[in-house]
Amino acid sequence: MKINWFKYAAPTAFYPLAGRLVPVLAVAAAALVLFALYWGFFETPERLGGTNPQKEYYRIIFIHVPAAWMSMWLYLVLAAWSAVGLVFNTRLSFMMTNAVAPTGAIFTFLALWTGAFWGRPSWGTYWDWDPRLTSELILFFLYIGFMALHSAIDDSRRADRAAALLAIVGLVMLPIIYWSINCPDPNNCAALHQRSSLTDIESNILTAMLVMTLGFWLYSFAAAFARLRNIILLREQDSAWVRTMVDAAGAGGPANAGGGDALDANRRGVSA
Amino acid sequence: MKARQKRLIFVGVAVIGVGIAATLALSALNSNIAYFFSPSQVHAGEHPTDAVFRVGGLVVEDTLKRQEDGLTVRFDVTDNARTVPVSYTGILPDLFGEGQGVVAKGRIGTDGVFYADQVLAKHDESYMPPEVEDTLQTAHAEGVVETAGQSMPAAGRTVTQ
Amino acid sequence: MQGLIDFLSQGGYAFYVWSAFGMTFALLIAEALVLRRSRRTILQRVGRLARLRMQNVPPGEHR
Repeated sequence: MKINWFKYAAPTAFYPLAGRLVPVLAVAAAALVLFALYWGFFETPERLGGTNPQKEYYRIIFIHVPAAWMSMWLYLVLAAWSAVGLVFNTRLSFMMTNAVAPTGAIFTFLALWTGAFWGRPSWGTYWDWDPRLTSELILFFLYIGFMALHSAIDDSRRADRAAALLAIVGLVMLPIIYWSINCPDPNNCAALHQRSSLTDIESNILTAMLVMTLGFWLYSFAAAFARLRNIILLREQDSAWVRTMVDAAGAGGPANAGGGDALDANRRGVSA
Repeated sequence: MKARQKRLIFVGVAVIGVGIAATLALSALNSNIAYFFSPSQVHAGEHPTDAVFRVGGLVVEDTLKRQEDGLTVRFDVTDNARTVPVSYTGILPDLFGEGQGVVAKGRIGTDGVFYADQVLAKHDESYMPPEVEDTLQTAHAEGVVETAGQSMPAAGRTVTQ
Repeated sequence: MQGLIDFLSQGGYAFYVWSAFGMTFALLIAEALVLRRSRRTILQRVGRLARLRMQNVPPGEHR
C-alpha cells in the first residue's frame, strides 16, 4: 500500500487519479447508503425485546454507530498522514490531512447529534457527561482545533507541521474513546454506554448498520479526494502543470464550464 | 511575522495542554471517583451529604409505586447487596422499568430517601427483536415462563446483565 | 397512504428518528455541494490568473 502511495506521492500524479475515483466512489457510496436505508427501515423489527426493549428510535443505530466509527477511523487517517508528512516531508500527505479533517469533523458532529436524539427517548436525556460522550466531544474539538490552527497560520508549510503535531498528540483520545465503556459491572458505573458486541445484534439490524458503514467509508473517500483536488489546485496554481491542465479541462467539455472555457477561448484569441 | 507564528504555535501547545487536562479529568470520571455511588457505598456513608451525587443500580422488582399526585414515583435501587429508596417527580424515560438499570442524580434526604431530580435508564447492547430475545432467555433461564410482549421475568433479565 | 403515515410517524418517535437522519443526510449532501461549488470557484480563479499571465507573458503583441 505504501509503495502504491509513493508512486502517487506527487500531486501531479494523484490529481487525475483522484478525479477518476471521485465519481465512482460517490455513486457506490450513494448506492450502499440507499440500500442500507431501505434495509434499516423495511427489513428490521419495529421494536426490540428483552433487556433492551427499545422502540422505533433504535433505528438511529444505523447512522449513529457508523458515524461514530467514521469519526475515529478518519482521525486515525488524519494522524497517520500527519505522521507521514512530518517524517517524509511530503506535500501530498499534508494536503491529505486537510482533505480528511472536515469530513471527520462532520462525522464526529453527526455521532454526537444522532446520539443526542437517540439518548433522549431511550436514556431520558439529550446529553450526559458520560465518559464516551465527553471523549467524543473532545475529539470534535480536536478536529476543529486542527482546522483552526491550520487556517490561523499564513505560511502553509508551517501550518502543515503545527497542525500535524496537534493531530498526532490528539491521537491519545482514540484509546480513551475506545475504552471509555470499559466498566467491569455496568450496574456499578454511571456510564450510560455499555460494552457492545456484534454478536448481540440481530442480523438484519447488523446488515443495515454495516452496509451503512461501508457507504460512509466510500463517501469519506469521495469527499476527501474531491477536497484534495481543490487543495492541490489552490496550492499549485502557479505551477505549469495546473495551467496546462486548466486549459485542457476547458477544452475537454462542459464539465468544468465557466472559467475553463472562457480561459480557453481567450487563449485561442490571443495566439491567433 | 515570526513573532506571530510563535504565538500561534503557543496557542497550539495550549490546545494540546487542554487536551491532556481533559484526558486526566476523563480518567477521573471513568473511575467514578467524584460522582457515582452504589447503594452499598451509600449505606457505608461514603456519599456526600450536602452535594448532588449519583446513585445507580437495578430497579428492584415490585417496588415501583406511583404516589397520589400521579407524577411522583418511588422505587428501590439495588446493587444486589444493598438497596436505596428513590423518589422522583417527573417523566420517566421509555426504557425505565423494574429490573432495568438506572442512574439517578439528586441528594439524599434526612429520611434516608434519595430525592432524584433526574433519572436515566440504562440498557445493554443486545439488539434483538422480542421473539429472538425471548427464546434466548428462555434457554438461559431454563424454563422460566414468559409473559407476553416485552415485560420479562426478573430471572430472564438478570441473566444477560 | 396509511402505510406512508405509519412509516413517517415511526411509532410516535418521528421527531427523534427524522431529526437524526435528516441532519445526517443534510450535512453529507451539503458537504458534497460545497465541494463542487468551491471546485468551480477555484477553477475560475486559476483560469483568470492564467489568463492575466498569458496577456503579460508574450511581449510586444499586446497592449
